[in-house]
Amino acid sequence: MSSKTNPEAGRRRFLRGGAGLGGALVGASLTTGVRAEPLTVAPWSKTPGEPVLWHPYGQPSPYEKNVVRRSRGTTPLPGANSSMTPLQNLHGIITPTGLVFERHHAGIPQIDPDQHRLAVHGLVERPTIFTMEDLVRLPSVSRIHFLECSGNTGREWKGPGTASLQFSHGLLSCCEWTGVPLSVVLEEVGIKPEGVWILAEGADSASMTRSIPLSKALDDALLVYAQNGERLRPEHGYPLRLFLPGFEGNMSVKWLRRLKVGREPFMTREETSKYTDSMPDGTARQFTFLMETKSVITFPAPDHRLKEKGFYEISGLAWTGRGRIKRVDVSTDGGRSWSVAQLQEPVLDRALTRFRFPWRWDGAPTVLQSRAVDETGYVQPKATQLVEARGVESNYHFNAIQSWKVASDGVITNVQV
Amino acid sequence: MFRSKSSAILVAAFVVALLMQPLAQAQNYGIGHPAGERDLAAWNIDVAADGAGLPKGRGTPEIGRNIYAQQCAACHGVKGEGGLADQLVGGKGSLATAKPVKTIGSFWPYATTVFDFINRAMPYNAPQSLSADEVYSVTAYLLYLNGIVADNAVLDAQSLPKVRMPNRDGFVNDSRPDTSNVACRKNCRPSSTAQP
Repeated sequence: MSSKTNPEAGRRRFLRGGAGLGGALVGASLTTGVRAEPLTVAPWSKTPGEPVLWHPYGQPSPYEKNVVRRSRGTTPLPGANSSMTPLQNLHGIITPTGLVFERHHAGIPQIDPDQHRLAVHGLVERPTIFTMEDLVRLPSVSRIHFLECSGNTGREWKGPGTASLQFSHGLLSCCEWTGVPLSVVLEEVGIKPEGVWILAEGADSASMTRSIPLSKALDDALLVYAQNGERLRPEHGYPLRLFLPGFEGNMSVKWLRRLKVGREPFMTREETSKYTDSMPDGTARQFTFLMETKSVITFPAPDHRLKEKGFYEISGLAWTGRGRIKRVDVSTDGGRSWSVAQLQEPVLDRALTRFRFPWRWDGAPTVLQSRAVDETGYVQPKATQLVEARGVESNYHFNAIQSWKVASDGVITNVQV
Repeated sequence: MFRSKSSAILVAAFVVALLMQPLAQAQNYGIGHPAGERDLAAWNIDVAADGAGLPKGRGTPEIGRNIYAQQCAACHGVKGEGGLADQLVGGKGSLATAKPVKTIGSFWPYATTVFDFINRAMPYNAPQSLSADEVYSVTAYLLYLNGIVADNAVLDAQSLPKVRMPNRDGFVNDSRPDTSNVACRKNCRPSSTAQP
């Protein structure tokens, strides 16, 4: 079989490294303008294909086998690790469930939903235990929101720290979440007037805990049992998780088993020794809930290589914990000039927003950047501005403009300019 | 007080109805199962900064030394210097330097959080396997290694919340937004002198 009819061979020749572009450019091994080979009838056109229910639960094409979550490496405790979403391979704004990033503190529990319980107690009128059947009976809503780990892009504080988009920005996903508004359950149990904070606790072996302000719980928090139309996956909190739109991911406690209402924050390990942001003067900011406005170009990125000069559509994602994205600017000259990108509708509240910008590469080295502006007028900062405000030891909440350097050979690298 | 007898009767009837169903009024759906303290006890393990939730029991650094050696040292180091898992001891005075070392002694603001975390999540391979006495003792040993309590300290529900951690006042509120970028469009100056 010649390489012309073997997409995998063509793919290998075209793509550098293991992570490709997905299906879009498979077979595009000819450079522009070179006369096309005469068409041939492929083997798959000459014999019937696979039967219905080939895979009762559908799977991507075998040619997409490189589109997977990846981890930076193994950790001594395999359950206390993270894996990243392959943003470089994705289109639109919804993250396929099997590609949604992971961050666990003590592994993925395999929970029997019939045995799972949600206990709601503390400063409430009616301490109550809910079964999953109880919760699913209550009024529900579906919302599309991003979920981002506060450690996303955390390797960039001291300069470019990652070699790919997947590893720099892949602790980010966007799904449709379905569940019961937490306010419905809190009204059902009756919050006492002195209740101001809620401890959320997971059923994993870390018994992961965070304190949630009651105002957030009553505003827009969800008790989620479904994601992208199906029940949660085990790695995303099956059968029940908290979801706090726009807040740092770890607060959306997975495998949620208990909510306890109290007067004060509970000062758990995950909100004192972890998930606090160290400043140069030695203090640490605590309760830094909000994920600030951010954007990144997802094509082209270091995970890709441009084979030739000419037209490309720059594409990327913008998001903000403050609400909606108002505008995204793109620079193709290292930040000297900026133009307005097109925003793909729908532009949703605290969801990923896809932007696009037409670009003709002249083959010369340059730097590509995107800059998001949210509906409050906040402008995504430069890395230097973040470092000036917080030093380089705060680990979390790095939301700076990302720069991708395009070399004359089409190789793309992570730089800070 | 009431403009008519009938409205007074209506209000009285409402009050009587409230008294007859004191709790059902605010419940919209009547879904879920009432639970008492005993039903919740196995999960009700959180310990607050003021010590609320601390169980009965007591522990000392001396007893904690042995438990630490058996249950903790493999990951956290013989003296809490770290290894497969976090460093737990040292780092004093390092927070404002270029290399902050964040340990229980240098960083954690509450001793109660040490108890709570060990009690709920440690040891990693067998969480919630230690008795209250053992958790008090390991907590005491770690505080002793960090020079926070004496070697003859006895920690229990009364004494643990009184332990003052060195970095108790080291935390501040979120002050973001703390940047004010301007969306320059033409002839902009890149942030540094780096050239593409």
